[in-house]
Amino acid sequence: MQMAISLMFHIIFAVVGIATPLMMFISEAAWLRTRNPVYLDLTKRWAKGTAIFFAVGAVSGTVLSFELGLLWPQFMEWAGPIIGMPFSLEGFAFFTEAIFLGLYLYGWNRVPPLAHLFAGLVVAVSGAASAVFVVTANAWMNTPRGFQLTADGKPINIDPIAAMLNPAAFPQVLHMVLAAYAAVGLAVAGIHAYVLLRHPGDRFHRAALTIALLVGGPAALLQPIAGDIAARTVAITQPAKLAAMEGQFETEAGAPLRIGGWPDRETRETRGAIEIPKGLSLLAFHDPNAVVKGLNDFPPELHPPVEIVHVSFQVMVACGTVMALVVLLAGILSLRERGVSENRLLLRALVLISPLGLVAIQAGWFVTEVGRQPWIIQGVMRTRDAVTPMPGLVVPMTLITFVYILLGVVVVVLLRQQVLSTTPSRVEEGGASSNA
Amino acid sequence: MLELTCALIIAAGLNIYLLLGGADYGGGVWDFLASGKRAEQQRALIERSIGPIWEANHVWLIAAVVILFTAFPPAFSRIMTYLHIPLLLMLLGIVARGSAFAFRSYEARHDFRRRWGTVFATASLLTPILLGTVIGAVAWGKIDGQPDSFSAFVTSWFGFFPLSVGFYALAMVAFLAAVYLTVEATETDLREDFRRKALGSAFVLGVMAAEVLAVASFDAPEILHDLTRTRWSWALHAVTAVAAVGAIVALWRRFFRWARLLAGAQVSFIIWGWAFSQYPHLVKPDLSLYEAAAPPFTLQLLLLALAAGSLVLVPSMYYLFRVFGKIGGPPIT
Repeated sequence: MQMAISLMFHIIFAVVGIATPLMMFISEAAWLRTRNPVYLDLTKRWAKGTAIFFAVGAVSGTVLSFELGLLWPQFMEWAGPIIGMPFSLEGFAFFTEAIFLGLYLYGWNRVPPLAHLFAGLVVAVSGAASAVFVVTANAWMNTPRGFQLTADGKPINIDPIAAMLNPAAFPQVLHMVLAAYAAVGLAVAGIHAYVLLRHPGDRFHRAALTIALLVGGPAALLQPIAGDIAARTVAITQPAKLAAMEGQFETEAGAPLRIGGWPDRETRETRGAIEIPKGLSLLAFHDPNAVVKGLNDFPPELHPPVEIVHVSFQVMVACGTVMALVVLLAGILSLRERGVSENRLLLRALVLISPLGLVAIQAGWFVTEVGRQPWIIQGVMRTRDAVTPMPGLVVPMTLITFVYILLGVVVVVLLRQQVLSTTPSRVEEGGASSNA
Repeated sequence: MLELTCALIIAAGLNIYLLLGGADYGGGVWDFLASGKRAEQQRALIERSIGPIWEANHVWLIAAVVILFTAFPPAFSRIMTYLHIPLLLMLLGIVARGSAFAFRSYEARHDFRRRWGTVFATASLLTPILLGTVIGAVAWGKIDGQPDSFSAFVTSWFGFFPLSVGFYALAMVAFLAAVYLTVEATETDLREDFRRKALGSAFVLGVMAAEVLAVASFDAPEILHDLTRTRWSWALHAVTAVAAVGAIVALWRRFFRWARLLAGAQVSFIIWGWAFSQYPHLVKPDLSLYEAAAPPFTLQLLLLALAAGSLVLVPSMYYLFRVFGKIGGPPIT
């Protein structure tokens, strides 16, 4: 669970690295089509932002690749032959991204426009590919495949391909990639909406808002469907996690869907939740009378910390729902009247929801990681057996946390200096928003 | 054969990291030692040449780590467990260095720039020492014993031999950076500054090499034995020596591009000399690469993935270098 702290930071750098190149690419395509200099300006700024996040992401990725081993040597030793493959592929994706980002940033006057645009596309695709590989490895921890256990718990007949094609891989990857586009697209949209509220009709910020919504909007609308697929996979493969997510203590047929509430471990019931009859059975198994296994059917030592998992799950779903609704509103408005950017109500809503996507990603991360406890590899290896035997682990944990805070500060400072520097009046606002 | 191929790729990754990333650390060392009336120009040149590529060079280190973990999990686990402390400090160094460099580049106020410069330079000094210490510890053979007391996490690396390898590594990156900077410099005065520094550090590097061998003679006699085991190792050392002398001659005669090539060859041969002396061990004293290897199917897939990845990467890199018209990264805008 300590690892979660570093990943919380890294995941922010990572999702920005996935989504900003796509916005940068769309913006450049718009520049090439329309020759409107606003788009060129926008492309260049987003490219600078991408570069900063890439640079800091590279450092945080270096730290992470060591940290995995420093904290979980036993896990890595056990899992390396089975699931090392996606990490190697991720390395290549990262490398490709580095090369083409170099071409993109320094090649404005050196390569033909279409080649430059293509380089931007490669950056966007390889950024997304990195996420695919890393999330695949994480999915394997939830649904380990591609090996057989000997009597003394050693893996044999190792098949890294089967491990990559584990049942949770596709649902988790889809959910995560959409989350990256939705969270970053809407976060950026919020920043520009804020400026538009102060300077209505600013063409630069209107263009930025439109593209950010194009990236974030569809992803936010599709996310509930992806979430449903992911949840149904959890229902089949990790029933204890599902029970914790829903605060379900009793095993019952036609289980209700609980919205909110606080699961009480003492009394073994979830209080204060709005219950929709048969809702959980319907959602998790697409059958209103399906039996949902409750936590009481699992021995107590296999219970995940149910409060954290349940609350995180509620937070994630709530954020996602609000985001989808606001995007829906934006879509309807854009059909009815031209110029979403003039509607002050919508702009305010966009500002308000801009941090929600990143909140949802962190909450979702808690659900999948904390919900798997006490396992680090579901059903195979416990977290406490994987941790390094080194005494005094508090010290390295504190140091690493400090490192990530430092990196976070670097990002904010660089963004203020680089991306927003030419519009001094807006530096304050942009810096504050990127903090969120 | 599969095992050996994977091990060779790890050594190659470390080699490239030393050539590219190592020079970045060395730049920090010269930033620290910048002196005389051109100190500020020297620092400016270093900053320009590290420029936008400092972060991406870490990819070589990540590659070596990832392949180690996929192909030789027990070795990875052992290194990560016993060398926790120096590795963690090394990571702190990497982050402090990168952040301080970034802060300094964008900081306008002079006194703040100086302060960040000090952090950058100090971290640049310490990180290669730690990296060298880790490699020295892997060769040293004290990574054993029960990991149940705190002392096992110190005695595995805190000793004369690993630390002297650390300082040797520092001398190596300083030498590399000085030689690279003679090529990067556009003004004659600056170039002469770095030529003097390169010659000086070549001398220091030689002294450090002798020092490492001297320490090895009492602290790690097996290493001395392994380094001189076969005729091939002698040949490798001979080539290293030729490259070293060649680099010094080229610096002396001001053939700076030749000096860069020869200096690169010299440190590469040093790495390979170490790698071959380790064979067949990955982690001394007793973990051989054949024992530590993952199952053949994993290794085959890994090599296949590396080959397929190279099919994408090599043309991309070729294109990158062709567009920018030189080897050594994009120009600074």
